[in-house]
Amino acid sequence: MPMQKYGYEWIQLAAYIAILLIITKPVGLYLMQVLDARGKTFLDPLLHPVEKGFYWLLGLDPIKEQTWKEYAISLFIFSLIGFVMTYTVLRLQQHMPLNPQGFGPLSTHLAFNTAVSFATNTNWQSYAGESTMSYFSQMVGLAFQNFTSAAAGIALAAALVRGLARHSAKTIGNFWVDMVRIHLYLLIPVCIIYAVFLVSQGTIQNFKTYDTVQVIEQQAGGNHPIRTQIIPQGPVASQEAIKMLGTNGGGFFNANSAHPYENPTPLTNFIQMLSIFLIPSGLTYYLGRMVKNQHHGWTIWATMLALFLCAFLVCWHAEEAGNPRLYALGIQQDTGNMEGKEVRFGVFDSALFATITTDASCGAVNAMHDSFTPLGGLIPLFNIQLGEIVFGGAGSGLYGMLIFVVLTVFIAGLMVGRTPEYLGKKIEAYDVKVSVLFIMVPVFVVLGFSAWAVVSEWGLAGLNNSGPHGFSEILYAFTSGTGNNGSAFAGLNANSPWFDTTLALAMLLGRFFMIVPVLALAGNLVQKKRSESGSGSFPISGIMFASLLSGIILIIGALTFLPALSLGPIVEHMIMLRSNLAY
Amino acid sequence: MAAAKKQTLFSHEIILQSSIESLKKLNPLFLMKNPVIFVTEVGAVITTFELILRSYGNSWIFNCQISLWLWFTVFFANFAEAMAEGRGKAQADSLRKTRKQTYANRLKVDGSVEQVFSELLRKHDIITVSAGEIIPSDGEIIEGVAMVDESAITGESAPVIREAGGDRSSVVGGTRVLTDMIKVRVTANPGESFLDHMISLVEGAKRQKTPNEVALTILLSALTIIFLMVIITLKFFSLYSRVSLSITVLTALLVCLIPTTIGGLLSAIGIAGIDRMVQRNVLAMSGRAVEAAGDVNVLLLDKTGTITLGDRQATEFIPALSVTAQELASAAQLSSLADETPEGRSIVILAKQHGLRGRTISEMPHAEFITFTAQTRMSGVDIDGMKIRKGSADVIKNFTETALPHDVQETVDLIARSGGTPLVVAENKRILGTIHLKDIVKGGLKDRFERFRAMGIKTIMITGDNRLTAAAIANEAGVDDFVAEARPEDKLSLIKREQAAGRLVAMTGDGTNDAPALAQADVGVAMNTGTQAAKEAGNMVDLDSNPTKLIEIVEIGKQMLITRGALTTFSVANDVAKYFAIIPAILITVFPVIAPLNVMQLHSPQSAVLSAVIFNALIIVALIPLALRGVKFQPVGAARMLRRNLLIYGLGGLIAPFPGIKAIDIIVNALHMV
Repeated sequence: MPMQKYGYEWIQLAAYIAILLIITKPVGLYLMQVLDARGKTFLDPLLHPVEKGFYWLLGLDPIKEQTWKEYAISLFIFSLIGFVMTYTVLRLQQHMPLNPQGFGPLSTHLAFNTAVSFATNTNWQSYAGESTMSYFSQMVGLAFQNFTSAAAGIALAAALVRGLARHSAKTIGNFWVDMVRIHLYLLIPVCIIYAVFLVSQGTIQNFKTYDTVQVIEQQAGGNHPIRTQIIPQGPVASQEAIKMLGTNGGGFFNANSAHPYENPTPLTNFIQMLSIFLIPSGLTYYLGRMVKNQHHGWTIWATMLALFLCAFLVCWHAEEAGNPRLYALGIQQDTGNMEGKEVRFGVFDSALFATITTDASCGAVNAMHDSFTPLGGLIPLFNIQLGEIVFGGAGSGLYGMLIFVVLTVFIAGLMVGRTPEYLGKKIEAYDVKVSVLFIMVPVFVVLGFSAWAVVSEWGLAGLNNSGPHGFSEILYAFTSGTGNNGSAFAGLNANSPWFDTTLALAMLLGRFFMIVPVLALAGNLVQKKRSESGSGSFPISGIMFASLLSGIILIIGALTFLPALSLGPIVEHMIMLRSNLAY
Repeated sequence: MAAAKKQTLFSHEIILQSSIESLKKLNPLFLMKNPVIFVTEVGAVITTFELILRSYGNSWIFNCQISLWLWFTVFFANFAEAMAEGRGKAQADSLRKTRKQTYANRLKVDGSVEQVFSELLRKHDIITVSAGEIIPSDGEIIEGVAMVDESAITGESAPVIREAGGDRSSVVGGTRVLTDMIKVRVTANPGESFLDHMISLVEGAKRQKTPNEVALTILLSALTIIFLMVIITLKFFSLYSRVSLSITVLTALLVCLIPTTIGGLLSAIGIAGIDRMVQRNVLAMSGRAVEAAGDVNVLLLDKTGTITLGDRQATEFIPALSVTAQELASAAQLSSLADETPEGRSIVILAKQHGLRGRTISEMPHAEFITFTAQTRMSGVDIDGMKIRKGSADVIKNFTETALPHDVQETVDLIARSGGTPLVVAENKRILGTIHLKDIVKGGLKDRFERFRAMGIKTIMITGDNRLTAAAIANEAGVDDFVAEARPEDKLSLIKREQAAGRLVAMTGDGTNDAPALAQADVGVAMNTGTQAAKEAGNMVDLDSNPTKLIEIVEIGKQMLITRGALTTFSVANDVAKYFAIIPAILITVFPVIAPLNVMQLHSPQSAVLSAVIFNALIIVALIPLALRGVKFQPVGAARMLRRNLLIYGLGGLIAPFPGIKAIDIIVNALHMV
């Protein structure tokens, strides 16, 4: 296979990893300051008065902290308000400003689905942005949520880390303070710079009506040859920045990051991929700093990197290899499987983007996952099913990974002859209970809804493909929704009342039912005494721990989803390789 | 109990008894406690119904075998538990024999004695027990001294002395008084005695799940629920894919996936842990205590009796200038002939090495022996006008009314600095020299403490001796730290301090003044010879009263936790291979292209499923010995221990089922079972 053809692909991969490695520490150190209510940043002279203004508005004492229950309630109230606001904006779109195309309101089920989707950091899109959303809806209804839902994820991760770092305490931080500081000192400043950079590369940022242009090469369109083309416009750059940085993934346009206005150059493509992992990667350093065990932080980082590389290499190889049945028909695929890919990006950048976007809970795409080879498509699907913990979503990646760490310590920790301890804290029944709950929720939601869909009329009605691939599409939809990823096997027509509603439910369960165990774990760990660790304690850094952790993640993920995967991508792969049957 | 020790793992009697017990345990109400095995039983019931109601011809034979093997799986799991309990039961029976109905001589208020059944005794009753009688209940001697045969409890045939007052006053019901008569205050109501407690412990009747076991059960239940969901949804998925999946095959897959291995062996491991303690003559009051023993970070060890032999021994005679060693040895021996303390005896014995043999008190009718008293603080002999005395330097200085010669003073200082005790010997006004008394550190301790260090456990010696002495002994014994000049209450504050720093502390104790510390310690091991208060305060009792046993207790605790972790890992890792057996089997009829995934080249879909189920059942039986004996324990650091166990049980668990299932598949086909 033409794996060795272009050396620059390896160079780009190496550059990506190297830069990610280099920025991890500075980002982590900056996060230390942002996530500390008393922290100092270089932006203080500018923003500290603004911060104080917010506290005054909210009537908040920034030093007063919350228990895990108070923290959870604050988060729920905040998310609910956000959801209602977005739903209202979408339903009353025609009465709102900045609607040059005069789009009407969204249907109830689509508005519900979309509001849930953005409030949960999923950004599943059952619509095409350019033909559905006004600029006002994009900015106020959606981009706003992109900021807040990402900030909430980071806040949650910080709360859990505080639970680990503190001992014999009750509180895990203040949700409102965390939200204010994450927005002010992290997301907004970075996004401003990021958006300006994108504009410099050709991303648009305007409120114009859509352009109509003459096509250069006339195309056949049935009886009427196509002579003109409508080019959608809008405030893209500002939304694009937070879409990547906040691991949201909801594109301004339907084509998402495959669209030249969203992702105009190879450089933006590279930076977009990097910005997905920026905060999650920094958070691992933040963890190490906070718990005073930087080896542990880097071990987590290395585990993530290893899982990322394995997945990517499989995906890249599968896409490079192309489809043997096309070869059999005498069709050359020198550049690999190019179906559904931008020629600008090719197989390597598409496979890399797909792996990154599903390792994280981003869901932005620069190629059609649906058109990947069966194995190539299995990777994004399985990535999400593992829990999007390979760097993962902003915040959600770290807290998901830490749940697996707790389980790893518990399962294998007994083997050193002590009650399992993580960072000096005993892992007891309650901790195990909430951790397994976290693992069980997505299993139930993904498998449950998929099982329902594949045997019901409404489920089958959305399918464009039958057989294993159709099955994969449904499985992918509910996996993506539950995992709050938002990418899709786009062959599925999911904008129906049934799909909109079930997917919205999946997103809600996948977000909030998983947040509760995380905060409960934080609340339980924070009150524990810390015991001394020594040579008798379970080692939580080094190669052995990293392999153990990846082993547990892969085995739990594989055992849970292998039967379903084998009926979808695996069987499809075998058919592609070996049979002449048409499915 | 001596008999119990020799008991082999699989005697015919135990196997028979356990088989009967495991059938009784099929009762679903009982199995509810164990979610994994309960689900397996429900699966077995479902496949049985399927077999009776809806199976014909070939599928009947297949379904019949699957459902049989599912029942076997449940049976094997029950069998493991019954075996563990059975071993305890045998011990309980031998204990029960000692609790024959006895009569007690109860003192009435007026001082007269009445004979009552021992069951009628209540706390605070006063009874008398004479030579040859069995002590009817636990109690404390309030008058008298007696030799007591405690072999019924400890298995140790040598009788022990029990006397009123002090730390050797408690007696245990069921033991026999050999000499004299004692007056005893009863300290336990019927059914609450030590013996009762011991019986219920070894039988596992009142066994509660330990904290760790509870946590592990939650994990196993969660895995079970997850796999239940996987299997139920698989049925729906298969409808979409037009793959036919019978209830029997689905149930078989479910049982293969849920962690039946650890689920079936979990309680057996716990029972066996307590059982291993009992076999070493340690009674753990709860499984929780055994578990805590594995977690201990600090061992608090009394110097006397634990680290040293308990008595100082004479090791050297150092004569003053112009005195011969022979002369000093002779005087020292004379002064100690009547000295029955261990120190005194050791001086006599050391002198014998200087050729002074055969001197006895009876040969010297004129000699007047002066015994050690708290006032004089020296001992010696007046013979033939000579006054020979031995004592500490200060006391002898007063006796001779002169300062010590320079060289003797030097020797005294040297001995004191080295941690020994100098005794100066004088004859009339003349100083003869010095006897070096030394604490003898028990053999093999240094190695054991080294093992602890490897495990990350810190040893602290606690002693009333001065710093110099303490430091020297600590160094010789190889403990990590020591506390000198400690008063009894210092133990408690030391434990509290260590605990506040997040460490778990284990200690042994026997005296009443040890009781608060024993209660405070995470693992408090009371000596059986100790007082009732000490025994009640601790959470373990060592029947052999051997303080060094703390070391074995910690190892057993660790071993129990390791066994659980190892079998959990093994169980989960096994699933990977089972998937490779079953998934291709169920898909292959609709998707023949999936054949390469049948990596084990299993003969047919039916034999693949059956082989996986058989493997799943047999692995439980195969691991029963491991569960009961415990995983081999090595005193190494956590990282090395983890690496070793991961290789064996993690990687082993991943690989082992492949050849296992393949072998069973070959046999299944050779026998034409499907």
